[in-house]
Amino acid sequence: MKRFTAAGAPRIGLIDFPGSNCDRDCNDAFERHFGIKLIPVWHTEHTLPQVDAVLLPGGFSYGDYLRSGALAAHSPIMGAVKSFVSKGGAALGICNGFQILTESHLLPGALLRNRSRRFICKFVNLAVGSGNSVYQKQLGQRVLRLPIAHGEGRYYIDGEGLRRLHDQGQVAFRYADAKGHANDESNPNGAVDNIAGIVSENGRVMGLMPHPERATDPLLGGSVDGLAVLDTFLSSFM
Amino acid sequence: MALLCWIPFCLRLCEGSDLKMTTTFKLPDTAQMTRPPQIDETPGPAFTALMRKHKLTGEEYARVKDILGRIPTMAELGIFSAMWSEHCSYKSSRVHLKRFPTESPDVVVGPGENAGVVRLSGKLCLAFKMESHNHPSYIEPYQGAATGVGGILRDVFCMGARPIANLNALRFGLRSHQRTPHLVENVVKGIGDYGNCVGVPTVAGNVSFDASYNGNCLVNAMTVGVIHEDRIFKGYATGQGNLVVYLGSATGRDGIHGASMASGSFATSENSERSTVQVGDPFTEKLLLEATLDVLDKGLVVGLQDMGAAGLTSSSFEMAGRAGNGLYMDLDHVPVRTTAMTAYELLLSESQERMLMVIEPHKWDELRAVLDKWQLACTVIGVVTDTGRVQIHHKGLLEVDVPVDPMTDLAPKYERPMRPRVKDAADPEVFNQKVTAAALVRGPEALLLAALRDTGDKESIYSQYDQHIGTQTVHGPDVQGAAALWVRSEWADPSEPYLGVLTAATCNERYNRLDAYLGGAHAVLKAARTIAAAGGRPLAITDCLNYGNPEVPEVMADFSAGVDGISLACRELSVPVVSGNVSLYNETDGESIAPTPMIGMVGKIQDVRKSPTAVVSESASLYLLYPLKVGPQFGGSLAAKLLDQSLHAGQAPEINWHAEREGMDFLRLIIGNGQVSACRDVGDGGVITTAAKMVAKSGLGLQLDLASTELGRYSDLAQYFGEISGAYLICFNSGDESKALQSAATLRYNAVVKVGQVVDSSKISWGPWSMPLKVCHHAFTSALS
Repeated sequence: MKRFTAAGAPRIGLIDFPGSNCDRDCNDAFERHFGIKLIPVWHTEHTLPQVDAVLLPGGFSYGDYLRSGALAAHSPIMGAVKSFVSKGGAALGICNGFQILTESHLLPGALLRNRSRRFICKFVNLAVGSGNSVYQKQLGQRVLRLPIAHGEGRYYIDGEGLRRLHDQGQVAFRYADAKGHANDESNPNGAVDNIAGIVSENGRVMGLMPHPERATDPLLGGSVDGLAVLDTFLSSFM
Repeated sequence: MALLCWIPFCLRLCEGSDLKMTTTFKLPDTAQMTRPPQIDETPGPAFTALMRKHKLTGEEYARVKDILGRIPTMAELGIFSAMWSEHCSYKSSRVHLKRFPTESPDVVVGPGENAGVVRLSGKLCLAFKMESHNHPSYIEPYQGAATGVGGILRDVFCMGARPIANLNALRFGLRSHQRTPHLVENVVKGIGDYGNCVGVPTVAGNVSFDASYNGNCLVNAMTVGVIHEDRIFKGYATGQGNLVVYLGSATGRDGIHGASMASGSFATSENSERSTVQVGDPFTEKLLLEATLDVLDKGLVVGLQDMGAAGLTSSSFEMAGRAGNGLYMDLDHVPVRTTAMTAYELLLSESQERMLMVIEPHKWDELRAVLDKWQLACTVIGVVTDTGRVQIHHKGLLEVDVPVDPMTDLAPKYERPMRPRVKDAADPEVFNQKVTAAALVRGPEALLLAALRDTGDKESIYSQYDQHIGTQTVHGPDVQGAAALWVRSEWADPSEPYLGVLTAATCNERYNRLDAYLGGAHAVLKAARTIAAAGGRPLAITDCLNYGNPEVPEVMADFSAGVDGISLACRELSVPVVSGNVSLYNETDGESIAPTPMIGMVGKIQDVRKSPTAVVSESASLYLLYPLKVGPQFGGSLAAKLLDQSLHAGQAPEINWHAEREGMDFLRLIIGNGQVSACRDVGDGGVITTAAKMVAKSGLGLQLDLASTELGRYSDLAQYFGEISGAYLICFNSGDESKALQSAATLRYNAVVKVGQVVDSSKISWGPWSMPLKVCHHAFTSALS
């Protein structure tokens, strides 16, 4: 795992919306485990500071009234994020961040209300899909155990879109049993094809519903698999 | 609904920059102002109805006129009604609450402020409080519960503390009661939606079902926050000429009379009181939280108070009262969300997510910059004066002109008549035998299944709460004991890098119904044992004293006894009361709830890595730590409830304080030594129910035999299902047993005895009985389905 000095650390912009509430946890995880201080970027900004990558944290941006991530997708800063990504910039969207990425069309598909119509908080197992992105290569055949906490995490994409996702190797994480077999029984929210996270065609934009920043210490739920995901995020642009 | 909330936000986004703001506020000459008409106090049905609506007695009304020296205006009548309501004035309970012990070396802020504060480590302190939202939650469970969470969060963060944990303690009627499923579903959703959005983890809770809550559910919410000892903020309206600033959501008609609604009983025949329930907006709360901590950190305000119960009225009187000043406010400047609101409505609205601040005029620009960032509306609505009066103008009239001190000093305070309940005179042994006989008829196996179902897994509830946000949750609700948080703070003593906060909320209503005095003590003890079983030392408690109608002498006697019982336990365990809340009139159609003094406790563990869980995960020997010479009881027991035996007969478990203290000290010692892998205090349903719950989700079986303990002298049923105070089940880390048992050799009032084995088998067996594990697991996990 990487560990940086203040001078050598990568510059990661943390996109902060009113209602974002996992920003502090992301900061804490990157600082404690990697020595990286994230650079806060407020939603009203029209440009990004000099950054190597951006991180969109979880929460309830603008209250998530209307539809999760829908208002955030039209905030001033997302224009800058879009142009950053279009030039090959790396981005990681966690939970609400994933919702904002799909609402901004930086990732395909949409996130709908959980099938149970209830908020769900629990640990899930994830199987890593096959593809050429650094996420799929670096995390390989591992089974990851990460917590979820969302009310609108049911990934949806139409049949054609799903086929394309698979063809292009964009399915990164699928809800699975402890042995890593993706199946409906392990799917907490009714997501299409048990999808928990996807990457963009170029493999540089990652969106996932589970929270890697919450599984970075054995004391907190017994899993450190989140560290591997965050570490891979760093590899995606370094 | 969502869309309606969204539109005002967008308007706010557009309009924010155009709002015309003044940084000065010219104090007009109130002597020249016209007063509105006074109320019509001609005796007759109209006046009687007016008094009844405002829940003021004839004597209280006479006192209002004495204080004012004239007949009140309608707005003033509303203010007195709210401020003197049971909910705001504690008029029935105040004389009793004085008896609580409130001091210890750990206490930084005791009762009387928005929340209590205790020292945790170095300069790091915990601010915490529990509050009830029972009446609104019964009427409109989703919003009632949600706004209960919102209110308690604001109480904690308006002192400058950042909330790190939410807890809740819920009581519902029988599961078979027609209203219960609706209440459970929506109360849980309301709590979850609010806390999840604000971003505070819900880490522990307590739920039970009892017929006495059929007409009055209890929703008690607790928040724990962290704060620096030197930055604790109190809400004073000091400094004449300072500005009174309104912050947050606009005022609507929601929640008018909420405080007085919470001060009356329900009757099923009455019309719905739905219009008095407030509507919550957790998104605005999140903005308010960040903005408040920001302005307090920057030292931009001199006073700050949540507009909670009785809204603008109570916040302004409380701030002025604490500072010994007066306030002048102009309601024409209050942001409103609906037209044509009267002064009366503006003053009594309980619209949520609003704060009242007092600032020095020269800080205005800096304050605006912070609030603009969070897109929160704020506006100057008044000024601090030296009049000692709260004077309020609205549309050309001086609607309110009330002296501050008499309003609080002369607030009614009742020593309501008390009549202790007649206790069941029969020998408790007779009742114990009766329950034993009934258990034999039902069958001990069936009784265990019923016990597991009644007290079973609450996953369907807590899975709707975000338990992990904040990344401090070491033990959440899934491991069933006290919640354990790993608090990482630069304010803490650096020698404690794995500093842990333990917290729990609990109360056994059956013991309280049987004996309100012992019941109060048992509630504190149960919380303390839960903390001790997790390895912690209790620091302080907060409480929600939920009782029935105080005008019923037996209920008032229960209340007084409950206060004494809590005080006794607090003294015996050296744990002070630092904050709390009273909820009376939990009564429907003349039926009061079982006395329910809910206790919320916070404790400390120096190294949270050593904190054991209340469930086992691997094979191990099982030990019982129990107080000597204390027998099991069936009075108020889970078995008595499940076997349809009297809930008023028999005796609650006896308490040996020496044994309780020694047992807790012993646990802290061996847990601190890192010798314990699992520990749980023996509670509802006795030793077998507790043991079965420890293994129910582990996939491991259990063999339990109490013959070699003192309990072995009692009948098999009493041994396993009878309830005792001060006992714990313990599993040691492999290799540490002999060392831990050496420490146990010095115990004077307790014994530690091996009573069984957690094993890789498919059954749970105890004494002469056994059940397939699968069946127990199903009963435990189907508790709420």
